[in-house]
Formats: sequence, C-alpha cells, structure tokens
Amino acid sequence: MAYDKFDILNSSAVPLPIENVDTDQIIPARFLKATERIGFGENLFRDWRYNNDNTPKEDFVLNNSTYSGKILVGAKNFGSGSSREHAAWAIYDYGFRCVISSFFADIFRNNCLNIGVLPVQISPGFLEHIFAIIDEDPRSTLTVDLPNQKVTIDKTGSSEGFEINPYKKENMTNGFDDIDYLLNIKKDIKDFAQDTPL
Amino acid sequence: MIFLKLSKPADYKNPYFYIIMKKTLFDKVWDKHVVQQIVEGPDVLFIDRHMVHEVTSPVAFLGLKNRNINVMYPERTFATADHNTPTLNQHLPIKDPLSAKQLDALEKNAAEHGISYWGLGHEKNGIVHVVGPEYGITLPGATIVCGDSHTSTHGAFGAIAFGIGTSEVEMVLSTQCILQPKPKKMRININGTLQKGVTPKDVALFIISKLTTSGATGHFVEYAGEVIKNMTMEGRMTVCNLSIEMGARGGMIAPDKKTFHYIKNREFTPRGAAWDKAMDYWQELYTDEGADFDKEFFFDGNEIEPMITFGTNPGMGMGISKNIPTADSIEGGASTYQKSLNYMGYKEGESMIGKDIDFVFIGSCTNGRIEDFRDFTKIVKGRKKADHVTAWLVPGSHKVEKAIKEEGLLDILHASGFELREPGCSACLAMNDDKVPQGKYAVSTSNRNFEGRQGPGSRTLLASPMMAAAAAVTGKVTDPRTLINF
Repeated sequence: MAYDKFDILNSSAVPLPIENVDTDQIIPARFLKATERIGFGENLFRDWRYNNDNTPKEDFVLNNSTYSGKILVGAKNFGSGSSREHAAWAIYDYGFRCVISSFFADIFRNNCLNIGVLPVQISPGFLEHIFAIIDEDPRSTLTVDLPNQKVTIDKTGSSEGFEINPYKKENMTNGFDDIDYLLNIKKDIKDFAQDTPL
Repeated sequence: MIFLKLSKPADYKNPYFYIIMKKTLFDKVWDKHVVQQIVEGPDVLFIDRHMVHEVTSPVAFLGLKNRNINVMYPERTFATADHNTPTLNQHLPIKDPLSAKQLDALEKNAAEHGISYWGLGHEKNGIVHVVGPEYGITLPGATIVCGDSHTSTHGAFGAIAFGIGTSEVEMVLSTQCILQPKPKKMRININGTLQKGVTPKDVALFIISKLTTSGATGHFVEYAGEVIKNMTMEGRMTVCNLSIEMGARGGMIAPDKKTFHYIKNREFTPRGAAWDKAMDYWQELYTDEGADFDKEFFFDGNEIEPMITFGTNPGMGMGISKNIPTADSIEGGASTYQKSLNYMGYKEGESMIGKDIDFVFIGSCTNGRIEDFRDFTKIVKGRKKADHVTAWLVPGSHKVEKAIKEEGLLDILHASGFELREPGCSACLAMNDDKVPQGKYAVSTSNRNFEGRQGPGSRTLLASPMMAAAAAVTGKVTDPRTLINF
C-alpha cells in the first residue's frame, strides 16, 4: 500500500532505552485480530503502557507528556521476534515516522521499510549521545535527512550518517512499494515460473 | 503508478558462474530462484510455495482487492487456520467474534482466489509449519515463505524458508515473488554425541544462549555436524524452527536419505518421472568443500545439558545444573537484564531446580510433533500429574493427534491424569483462550518467553518436552534425567 513520501524529518523524539524490544511488546498477539489496518496505534506497547484495568502506567514514556515527536529512539536489537507487520503498523499509526536504534531485527526492519517507517541504524556511541541529549532536554530535536542519509542533533550540530539500500531509499522518497515494481516485471516472472515446477 | 529501474539479468544464468564458484547449500537454492537482480537493490526471488494463515493475511488480501488484482498462482498457495483457533470444542461456533471474523475472512479469501484451505475441523488442519511437511508441501531446494517468523522450520528439508510481513504476503500473492537482499551466510556445526535426556530443543536453546537473540541477525544459517546428521526429521525441524530466535532469517540443513524417505509419497510431493527429476536437483544440495561462510561456529554436542530459560528472551537460557548468571557476566545492558529477572521474579545466582511452576504447555510449531509427544509420554508414564499443575497438551495437527491415539500414547497420558486438546498454536502466543494468568509460571515447549507472550503478565520457562513432562509430574522445575528409566 502506498504511503506518504519521506524526505527530511525534523522532530523531537521519544526515548525507549531498553534492549531487545520484541514485537510482542510493541503489539501483543491478542490485538492482532483485525482484518483491516485500522487502530493499531491505540495498542502500541499495550502492556507496558496500560494496567490491566486500562488505566495508563504513569512511568511509561508514552504516558509522559514531556516526551513527544515523530521519532522513536530504541536500544539494541529493536523489533526482534515475531514477523507481525502489525508492530510497524502500530508505530506508524501512533504517529512515528522513524525509529532510531543501534541494531534492528531483520524482519522488523523490512516491514518498516515496506510501510513507510524509516529504520535508522546508528553507532552505539551516537545512540548513547542522543539518549543523553533527550534526557537533558526532552524538547531537543533531531533532523533525519533521508536524501543525505544523515541524522543530526540540532542543538549540538553533531551528526552521523546511516545506510539504506538505494532501491529502498528511492521507494521511501517517492512513496512507492515493492508490488508496484513487481507488477511491472510480471512477464519475466511468468516466464520464470514456467521453468520452475510446482 | 509505474516507475522504471535499470536491471540486469542474473549472473547466475552464465554457466561459467557455476564452474568458478564454490557454493553453499544456501547459495545453490537462492541462486536458482533469482528472477532478476536489481542494480544496487534486492534480488527478485521466486517463491515456490506460499503458506497463509488467518492473522497475517487479511490485510494482504484487502490490498489485492484495492489494486484489483488476483492471486497469481493459487496452486502454489496453501491456507490453514491455526493462530487464533480454540483447542477445545472445535466443532462448535467460535465464541470470540474477532477470531471468528478473521477465520471467516481467510475462508472467503481462499474461496475467492481458488486457494486450498484447511480450516477448522478439516482433517488436514493444524499449525502451518506442522502440516506443510506432513503433506509434502515442504520440499528440498524449494523457496517457501509464510507470514510467520517460524517458517524457518521448513529449512530442515533443505528449503530456503523464512517469515515475512503482511506487505510481503501481498507481494507473493500478487506476483509469486519477493524482493530481498541476499542475506549473509553462517554455518553452525554441532559435533559429538548428545547425552541421554538431551533433545533437539536443548541443542537449539544451547546455541541461542551462546549466540544471543541477535547473534545471527542478517544471516541465513546452515546447521551441520554429526549431531544434526543423526537427528530425526522432527528434531531437525525443531532446530531450524528456532533459527529466528537468534535473529537469523532462516536455518537449513542439507537433505539426505532421511529427508527423501520422509517426503516420499506425501500428497504434494512429486511422483514418478517428476520425482526422479527432482532427485537429480536435490542430490546436489549440499555445501561444496571450501565454500565460504561469513561466520562459522563449532559446538560440542557432548557438552549440552537439558536447557531451561530463566529470563524474557530465548537467549536467556542455561543448562539445568547451572545457576542464573550475574548481570556483570553477560553481554548487554545490566538494566535490561535486571528488568527481565524482576519480571520473572528470579535473582542472579539462583538455581532453577525446584522452582515452583503452575502450568505446562506442550505443543507449537517448535515441539508439537509426534516425537515430542513420545518424549513427553516416556517421562510421565507410570507417574501422575502434580495436582496443582494445569497441563495443556496440544498436538500440532490432526495427523499428530491421530498418531498419539494410534500409538497408544493417549492411554498412557490419560492414566497419568493428562488430557489431549485439539490442534492449533494455542498457548504459544495465547491469541485464543489458552492464556497463562498474570504472575503464573509455565514450563513451555514453545519458542518465546517474551513478557506476556502466553498471556498478560505470564512467566514462561522454555524447555524440551522431557523437561516439560518432568515439571508436570513433580510440580517443580526438575532435571528430566533424574526421571529417566528407559
């Protein structure tokens, strides 16, 4: 499904300095029963965000109005576990357009790229620096520049580059998805399938 | 919307390519399925067989509808209901309206697109990764995907099998292809001999405890060595199944006589001349001597004990005779580690032996096959289920359920105070009613001990079917080797 184009994002960020955040935490399995892609943001980090009686857990960062923005800053091995794309949908639907971490799980990274959330992998040192800056001043903003593949801490001007596959970069900047590409080469695929027994 | 991109035909079509290159098992299967290489981009990978379930497919089918296109090769697509299905009274209407709606959607989508559908109550119904191999959908040298991370299970047959997201499910439904950069390659060798009471699950949990949950991220793993060679197909499936738990895209094992024997004459396996032709290809599926891996590990099977996890990811596991490691002895952040132990209610340095447990779950795509129930039954035979333990025994499929009955295991289980439920994913992810309550401890043969995985606030100890059986009869964490009398 086509999504908004991604160019340069300037925003404050929400810090989540916990390692190995798995997709069961991002969205628990019991909220995967929808047949349409609607309303997943409400259940983003459900069990960390709400008590059993649905009252907000005060100490969780999404319930702290000090922190806001379109960038989620996570720690190492973000998005491990289940392949549920619902995790990326929940992040998008909540309002995030970018997740920054020092290391992403493969399937989660792919899912993000496929739906218009930019996964930005930076060095552990720069990640620590970003956490420290946000801790110091939660209103600190970051600039995520996709065309130049660079993240900048606006206050200090310090920045770091990030990698992205050129094909995926083109998709993200234009709001294209892979199916557009594949449908375009359908004839080649059909020829290939003929030589490939079931 | 149309956009053009320069592309070149795959180098793989050049015959010299094959002469020069020493290839891994993974290379051989991957390269054979590349339709096109996008310059500075991913490969267009052709998918032989696509498995679909109710949870990750509805939005993909909706996408087809919005684009006004059909499933390109319905005969290469197989649908089964497993994730949110009840494990009791499957003949009755489903109580949860959301689950019912999702199952209904899959049934309608399958019918509309001409896809074979093994829904609730169908004799072939079961967990997607259990029924795939049972009916010969899983074949050596094939590319297999499913919107489920444990699709790596099928790698046990020498297939490239991996989990995908819903956007990718839509890609495969609409074009039978997926865009993927070729992963790096890793080989994990396990030599030596396993001790009595040590199972394939323990081998996998041992490897994950060494590599951590992100140790194989970005890689496709080949498992090799004597221990793997001597393993049954069921055992190999358990090992490949857990590849994702160390971050790997997938895991695979070179097919051998055992593999060919297993798949022969199954419903969707080729026959006659087609079988012979396939065998010519399958027999070439091994890693060439001297082929390169990006990473390689060697482990000694003799050193592996029955394993148990004590934390909130599958990498937090240890041999049953060991003590919970201290925060300063592990790689990674101490605060995350402490948060995990707090959630579990455990402390650094403690032994797991003797810890109280409340629930036991045997089942899932990891350990829901007949061999797992044989292991479980061996331990409980002649013993009684501990009174305070709730035990959920959930076969991976109707075929497994039938074998449990036919082999006489059910009578032994009944005599020991256990009941068998109906097939499905069940308490592995607790989408149905099989939820472990807040704060309770479950010894589970499934694949994930994440916070709340088996129900909000639940605490999971991952282990083998033998360890689960030992816990079920003693009511505590118990070294299964102390109960082995066979």
